[in-house]
Amino acid sequence: MTTGSLTAPRRTRIRLPRRQVPVLATLALLLVMYGIGVSQYTAFSNVQVIFNVFIDNGFLLVVAVGMTFVILTGGIDLSVGSVVAMTAMVSADLLQKGLPAALVLVIALLIGPTLGLLMGCAIHFFDIQPFIVTLAGMFFARGMCTFISGSSIPITDGFWTRMSQERIGNSQGNFVSISVLIAFAVVLVAAYVLAYTRLGRNVYAVGGNPQSALLMGLPLGRTRIAVYTISGLCSAIGGILLSFYTLSGAPLIAVGMELDVIAAVVIGGTVLTGGSGYVFGTVLGVLVLGVIQTLITFDGSLNSWWTKIVIGGLLFAFILLQRLIGIRYK
Amino acid sequence: MTDSRPVLTMTGISKSFPGVRALHNVNFRLFPGEVHALMGENGAGKSTLIKVLTGVYDTDEGTITLDGEPVSFSGPMQATAAGVSTVYQEVNLCTNLSVAENIFIGREPRLLGAVRWGEVRRRARALLTRLDLDLDVSAPLGSYSLAIQQMVAIARAIDIQARVLILDEPTSSLDAGEVAQLFRIMRQLRDEGIAILFVTHFLDQVYEIADRITVLRNGGLVGEYLTAELPQLGLVEKMIGKELDVLEGLEEHSRRDLGALEEGTPLVAVSNLGRAGAVAPFSLTIHAGEVVGLAGLLGSGRTEVARLFFGADRADGGQVAIDGTSSSLRTPAQAIDQGVGFCSENRRAEGIVPELSVRENIILAMQAARGWLRPIPRRRQDELVDKYVKALNIRPADPEVPVRNLSGGNQQKVLLARWLITEPRLLILDEPTRGIDIGAKTEIQRLVTQLSDGGMAVLFISAELEEVLRLSHKVAVMRDRQMVAQLANDESLDAERIMQTIASGSHREEADR
Repeated sequence: MTTGSLTAPRRTRIRLPRRQVPVLATLALLLVMYGIGVSQYTAFSNVQVIFNVFIDNGFLLVVAVGMTFVILTGGIDLSVGSVVAMTAMVSADLLQKGLPAALVLVIALLIGPTLGLLMGCAIHFFDIQPFIVTLAGMFFARGMCTFISGSSIPITDGFWTRMSQERIGNSQGNFVSISVLIAFAVVLVAAYVLAYTRLGRNVYAVGGNPQSALLMGLPLGRTRIAVYTISGLCSAIGGILLSFYTLSGAPLIAVGMELDVIAAVVIGGTVLTGGSGYVFGTVLGVLVLGVIQTLITFDGSLNSWWTKIVIGGLLFAFILLQRLIGIRYK
Repeated sequence: MTDSRPVLTMTGISKSFPGVRALHNVNFRLFPGEVHALMGENGAGKSTLIKVLTGVYDTDEGTITLDGEPVSFSGPMQATAAGVSTVYQEVNLCTNLSVAENIFIGREPRLLGAVRWGEVRRRARALLTRLDLDLDVSAPLGSYSLAIQQMVAIARAIDIQARVLILDEPTSSLDAGEVAQLFRIMRQLRDEGIAILFVTHFLDQVYEIADRITVLRNGGLVGEYLTAELPQLGLVEKMIGKELDVLEGLEEHSRRDLGALEEGTPLVAVSNLGRAGAVAPFSLTIHAGEVVGLAGLLGSGRTEVARLFFGADRADGGQVAIDGTSSSLRTPAQAIDQGVGFCSENRRAEGIVPELSVRENIILAMQAARGWLRPIPRRRQDELVDKYVKALNIRPADPEVPVRNLSGGNQQKVLLARWLITEPRLLILDEPTRGIDIGAKTEIQRLVTQLSDGGMAVLFISAELEEVLRLSHKVAVMRDRQMVAQLANDESLDAERIMQTIASGSHREEADR
């Protein structure tokens, strides 16, 4: 307290650009990794490599966008991986039972947000730690997967196969899947919501200081419940995209995905304690994860677990960076 | 000023909580274009009155009118919408958002649901210009000092066409310059016709800014006075409801002969102790039984000196001698071993453990000193705690109450008791009387005098010069993170001379240049 007046001007000088430092660091890292790839492997410079990263990680990106909302409020959502799997399972099961694709889509897209809404309410009204509520949600959704079927269900529906195989590309033969376009749409909508709507700004305020947000008259409860619902919706969309990608629903798919998602969001510069971060950073975070995988695939000799080791190291480095920048100034 | 109709009246307000009658038949009125101070000790009912006014609490009895119309707010938001805004002691804004956004969040100008950022910034700039503040409205609020944040909070409050502005202890963490800046804004708003309700513990500030004073005591109304017609002593008497013998007694007590104390080996002598970026190297001796006052503005390095003495921060260089033998104060544990106790200025964050009971809080330091493997027998605990609860007049006198339920003054006493129980030889008190009421303040001051009579050395830090003068044998003056002077507290020393030293630095410093 005593030092307030003295340190404040000093802080001002160096802090202003600091808010963007984590995102810029991620961008720099991404460029370096891409540069390494291009210099090591000639095929790496093909644009399709980048497109493939998006194709393989479109569903991860969508889920990470939802997680960004939650983490911005200072919360966490551990249920996303299970909800993704559950959505895929429900879709596969209902399609197998012969329901029309449109109806299946609607049902599948309702389950995730509903679970998110319930978890949000539990977190807000009973004042329970998000960690434990969403852990419960995670077990519930995973359990529902095996309840639906103990084994993988293939999808043969025409709409699903079309979405899976449709390629949108140019004359040189480079292409992306429809999932990638959907993921981009989700990213754009989310970025708009966070930057230009009251809901989005309330998310930042709640993450910055929930007590103050309440006293400023902002709807604390509604915002909290909203972010878990949004995360649920994003997980549901992610689940649909995953089922487009694999053309099946499997009870044990996307296990541990929530941790990849959290890692991507944090590497993308969103601060775990809330209040600071951007959707654009999350896109970069997902790309970092994707490029690491691609590099390891290109190498061919490295075990795929190297992905995890590198992500672990990066995650630690980025948490450390956030601490050093001291983005949480109270 | 008084010829107009009051913008706000509260008549016959009563409010009870289970077991407590917080307000009883209180009247209050507020005229446009006045600064009206609401005064009273802790627990007198000031906060309750404000909470009733802003709709945080319902009233049991009584009516509130705004512009002659009876009103009853369901909460602060509704009150704000009606033009009654409150700025709290703790700045309730989000430091991660920009200045402009903090002013407008929740009511941003929008176009088809999208926030118009250009318009937000333009309006924020206009509003801040009106308050004569030149800030970068796009910068995060956290990059500005607490004082500026406080003023941004005011900007937010008045933007909603406020007619009544309630300032609940806005000055308690501001230094003198910042207070002056705040007062300038208050005067300007007053001249624009806004009615300002001002709550503070600082009497000087009341006399500087308030036009009118309402005094509460024990939930009842004592009276409403024009500031010009109520002398300061009279105000204090009305607040505590008794004559000020206690304070007078203290006055006689002080200014003891420094010479006698200065003889012999000092208890603690430090030379060239300093820490880069915190405080420039300084030398200071403290003798047993001596009270050394540390004066200076907020941020001048007072707390940093205290932290070096306690080993909470490690000094870059310099020597420490305790009882004449070379020693060191590198960690708090080492300092405690040498008999140093430290009551932090920040009692909420660094001192009190709010969830623990009074007894557990008091025992804490002693237990730490004994080591955690040798628990203090419960009977011994009860004895000790009982003794200090009585000696310091801690209320409620129930050692099993969680400390968070105690008033600020009583929490401070618990913190004091924690260190007294370890029988320190040097006790460092950092702002022990800030934000507590005058009764508790007097008790703490009396206690400091008693302790030093008993041979304890005290390093006493306070922003209130009168208090420093009343208690200290010697006053060390801090300025810009340097100890610029050490003045013996003799006849020639008064608040003005200390102020001058703070303002200009000492002659010694001038000579050095």
